[in-house]
Amino acid sequence: MTRKRPRLVRAVRIAKALLSTQYAYMLEYRAEIALWAISGVLPLIMLGVWQGSGAATRAGLNPQQLSHYFVAAFVVRQFSVVWLIHVFEEDTLTGKLSPYLLQPLQPLWRYFCAHLAEQATRIPFVGFLLIGLATINPDLLWRPSAGELLWGIAALWSAFILRFLLQTLAAMLCFWSERAAALDRLLLIPYLFLSGLVAPLDTFPASIKRIALATPFPAMVDFPARLLSGLPVDLGGGLLSLLIWCLILAPLCWWGWHQGVRRYGAMGA
Amino acid sequence: MIQVRDLSKTFRVAEKQPGLQGTLRHLLLRRHRDVEAVSGLNFSIEEGEMVGFLGPNGAGKTTTLKMLSGLIHPSAGELSVAGYQPERRQCGFLEQITLVMGNKQQLIWDLPPLDSIRVNAAVYGIDAIEAKRRVSELADMLELGEELHRPVRKLSLGQRMKAELLASLLHQPRVLFLDEPTLGLDVSAQARVRDFLAEYNRRFGATVLLTSHYMGDITALCERVLLIHQGQLFHDGDLEALTSKLAPFRQVRLELQRAYPMAAFEAYGTVESHQEHQVMLLINRNCLTETVAALLSNFPVVDLEVNDPPIEELMRSLFSAAATSALP
Repeated sequence: MTRKRPRLVRAVRIAKALLSTQYAYMLEYRAEIALWAISGVLPLIMLGVWQGSGAATRAGLNPQQLSHYFVAAFVVRQFSVVWLIHVFEEDTLTGKLSPYLLQPLQPLWRYFCAHLAEQATRIPFVGFLLIGLATINPDLLWRPSAGELLWGIAALWSAFILRFLLQTLAAMLCFWSERAAALDRLLLIPYLFLSGLVAPLDTFPASIKRIALATPFPAMVDFPARLLSGLPVDLGGGLLSLLIWCLILAPLCWWGWHQGVRRYGAMGA
Repeated sequence: MIQVRDLSKTFRVAEKQPGLQGTLRHLLLRRHRDVEAVSGLNFSIEEGEMVGFLGPNGAGKTTTLKMLSGLIHPSAGELSVAGYQPERRQCGFLEQITLVMGNKQQLIWDLPPLDSIRVNAAVYGIDAIEAKRRVSELADMLELGEELHRPVRKLSLGQRMKAELLASLLHQPRVLFLDEPTLGLDVSAQARVRDFLAEYNRRFGATVLLTSHYMGDITALCERVLLIHQGQLFHDGDLEALTSKLAPFRQVRLELQRAYPMAAFEAYGTVESHQEHQVMLLINRNCLTETVAALLSNFPVVDLEVNDPPIEELMRSLFSAAATSALP
């Protein structure tokens, strides 16, 4: 206990220092982050597409449920964006990773805190976009219950961690390949179609839905979006799926890191 | 403090011929070549020593520093720094070392250095009061003031380097690996950094291994030098011994009362230059005293000067010979 407490205090202090510094750094790029936030409107575009067709109604979703789902998916997407592989690829190729490796802190924590700081910077822009939506059509927004909000935020944050772990695993390829970010572009295809970002999972044919549910992607968008929008959802099953995928990916990331870092050439440094 | 035994590092590099044919061949039948960056290196450094690490570009200096700091894994050999195996990168090891590279920075570009320093303090577990004291102490030594509050991108190269040093030394490492810390700095900034390093070494008893292409850095700071040449250790000792090794002769300049023919001096050594009253001879170190005595007794000498050839010149000729021999 006497050893654990100082370690915990130190971890909290590191987290505070990293988060506040990264937040200050992200604020320097606020205009860019505002543009990223605007560029994440795919679910709102998909809402427009789906509203015009009767497919959602045939899948058991009324127009209001459909619009709430896509607005929730928009929020989930905004706060689960992961760009680790792109900076990690650059840092590995140019040797910028070297100073991080020379400090007694696992470098991935820096990237993780940078993502959290970026999310905090994004909050006002997402708020403005939602206010804009409400101005255009007040029916697009709803007031979730305390439970929906609580579980929704927990699922959203877990979805972010899952996406971060998945991309961390892909990023470990940077130690072997100079263009590992290409893998992320490949992963974007199943992420877009199987996560529920372009269509609610309920609208999928049963066989496709079964395949989708066997992957980690629905837990990244469909599950938290359903929770936030108040659609019927298997809470235990969704949380369990998030947990299982995180438990699968975390050791793989650890293994990938330890194998990969041995190959690091610290080029450019 | 530092022990290096039979250290080697080999990199595997892909080879590609220029042109379309070379590109297609590279695509279908990729060829690799093993490049031995460091080969069988042996040396040890005592605690508190400041050692210069010299060698031409591509000699393996930076690769060695990267292995010593644990950034890259050796292909063969044994390493020990402060009792640790660097490649294991244990926290206890990382808390005792630092690697400063003149061409790389750890400071966050868009924020003032103090923000990065605050993160470093947290990472190394230095409490806020102690961190403030150390920043103040190091800032005094480096003559840094309000620069610490300005975004890094607004600092001059010299100010940035000093801020880098401050950030890298906040945890008071016992071992400093410095790779070209004065690269690109003007003369006064170079002198400031040199003075700081000497003072840091004196005050904290740190062990320093320094590479630099500015001989001034080495002569001002290091009594001992390691010269690495084609991945192997060529010299380990003081600078004077290196000079003797690279040039087993000394320059003797004579000013005479009257002119003598060149042939009159050929028995004493190699005549480097000859102009009526002035002669420059290269004389073997082993018989310097007797030869100078003979010259003084046999010629009407007005002035006599004995010099070592400039170390820069000796190194340059050694390195250019290395570059020529490396050509295919």
